Amino acid sequence: MTHNLFLFIAAFLACAVEMVEALTIVLAVGVTRGWRSAIIGTATALGALTIVIAALGPALAVLPIDSLRLVVGGVLLIFGLQWLRKAILRASGFKALHDEDAIFTAEQHAAAQAASEVRSGVDWYTFTVSFKGVFLEGLEVAFIVVTFGGAQHNVALAALGAAAAALVVLLVGLVVHRPLSRVPENTMKYAVGVMLTTFGIFWAGEGAGVKWPGSDVSLIALLVFVLAGGASLTSLLRRRHAQLELTGVTA
Amino acid sequence: MKHLATFGRFWYDFIIGDDWRLALGVVAAIALTFFAAHHGADWWWFLPLAVLALLGFSVIHATRARLPGR
Repeated sequence: MTHNLFLFIAAFLACAVEMVEALTIVLAVGVTRGWRSAIIGTATALGALTIVIAALGPALAVLPIDSLRLVVGGVLLIFGLQWLRKAILRASGFKALHDEDAIFTAEQHAAAQAASEVRSGVDWYTFTVSFKGVFLEGLEVAFIVVTFGGAQHNVALAALGAAAAALVVLLVGLVVHRPLSRVPENTMKYAVGVMLTTFGIFWAGEGAGVKWPGSDVSLIALLVFVLAGGASLTSLLRRRHAQLELTGVTA
Repeated sequence: MKHLATFGRFWYDFIIGDDWRLALGVVAAIALTFFAAHHGADWWWFLPLAVLALLGFSVIHATRARLPGR
């Protein structure tokens, strides 16, 4: 139950934050150059991502669970630490936060400057930018869905979490019709990083032959440990950043 | 060949990311845990500690270059 809840939340948050970034790109080209090609590009990318998940998900399910958890746990741990590392650097001021409004303006400017090339009734620039935006942002989500879901033999639940998030972001985007710059992207990435790292440690450890004290209950302890560790590092780096600002060295 | 290099670069950036030492450290920590577990030692505490130490090392290293006098 705990596993499934974490799986759903991780997939939902990861997809929500990536789709907020993709939405900014699609909105910028859609508003500037027309919606038809932007929608076709988005739908094609979502279709391609569905195929990736549908093809790789069942393939992982046939592997023995211990080997699967060792490999997938390790990959998930490396991947999760990447998210957590970036989120800590952003939260402490050492890396710039994502500015959806600035990205929107830059994308709009680029879209207005780009030449028009229509093939089969589709504006190629709009299609390509929308497709790449959604596919590349979505690929990380597909990766999380396949690995996280695969290690738990429940890719369907992870895919459901991701689909629910995509739907929510899409609906909110349709209503507000502007970039979702108020979404606390870094906090969400932080949460996803913590969850991926926690499960990565748990599964890689299990796959390596570790017997966790208290079995599944140790997941909660690991989550608290990773959360506390991340918070301590963020606090340490914030002080470091403040020191740098005082001495006039900008990060 | 160029496409292959681009493809490889994409997956490297995708999985390994900004700090290859972090990935290498994780692989080494898992290997050590595996070795210990298969030689009768249940080092359940080792992997969480190693991961936190690696993360700490990685973020501090990333900010070090910006310290005055470096």
